[in-house]
Amino acid sequence: MADIAFLLLIFFMVTTVFVRYRVTGIVLPKAEKIEELKKRRMISYLWVSADRRIYIDDKVAELAQVANVFYDRRVKEPRTIVSLKCDFRAPYGLVSRVLEQLREADALRLNFAADRKG
Amino acid sequence: MQLNRREKSNPEIPTSSMADIAFLLIVFFLVTTTMNQDKGIGMQLPPAGESKKIQKKNICNIWVNESGQILINLEDQVPLGQLRASIEQRLAANEKLIVSLKASEETPYKSFIAVLDEIKLAGADKISLASPEQ
Repeated sequence: MADIAFLLLIFFMVTTVFVRYRVTGIVLPKAEKIEELKKRRMISYLWVSADRRIYIDDKVAELAQVANVFYDRRVKEPRTIVSLKCDFRAPYGLVSRVLEQLREADALRLNFAADRKG
Repeated sequence: MQLNRREKSNPEIPTSSMADIAFLLIVFFLVTTTMNQDKGIGMQLPPAGESKKIQKKNICNIWVNESGQILINLEDQVPLGQLRASIEQRLAANEKLIVSLKASEETPYKSFIAVLDEIKLAGADKISLASPEQ
């Protein structure tokens, strides 16, 4: 019994990844052609909520700050991937302005976070 | 003389409670495990300030309005379900085709992602995201 328990224990210990950031109330859109991001160390999170607020990791940020913050991160880690987690109700206008900021910061590797359909 | 030999105590770790500890830890990891990985539609943005002149015939413009209606090249309105086939057709006709996706200011992100997904599924790899008019 203890053997089985330890086997399971080791499995869960190895596979566990702790959720790093979570912004409540954001529901991701659904898509089919999605890729999984493996290298967690290279990922930066940018959230846009339905009520037009922007969060970097899990802190509230202004639109104008986005370029600066991501420029610093890109200097530290040139291979940074930005995971853009937008609520499905967020207006595209705001998302587009965030994208412009990211282009200015030269953070060009992007991932539009989405859940798998179905 | 006979020495009183003391009864040796058994130097073993008690294993009976081992399973309990293990199960407790299992429950902890079960609860904290999140299997969901970060996933989404990958894109590479063009560098800032770069604009290339592209021949008109190599561009396929796709507009998405506030209510999620889709318009291709200002003329054909297509439902989301037929978008993929339509883009596939255009790609087959012109392999240098660049798909330009333009959504309006108030288009919900959901519609944008749905259209972007269809474009990706159609196999287009040159996608341009136009910013909405202010």
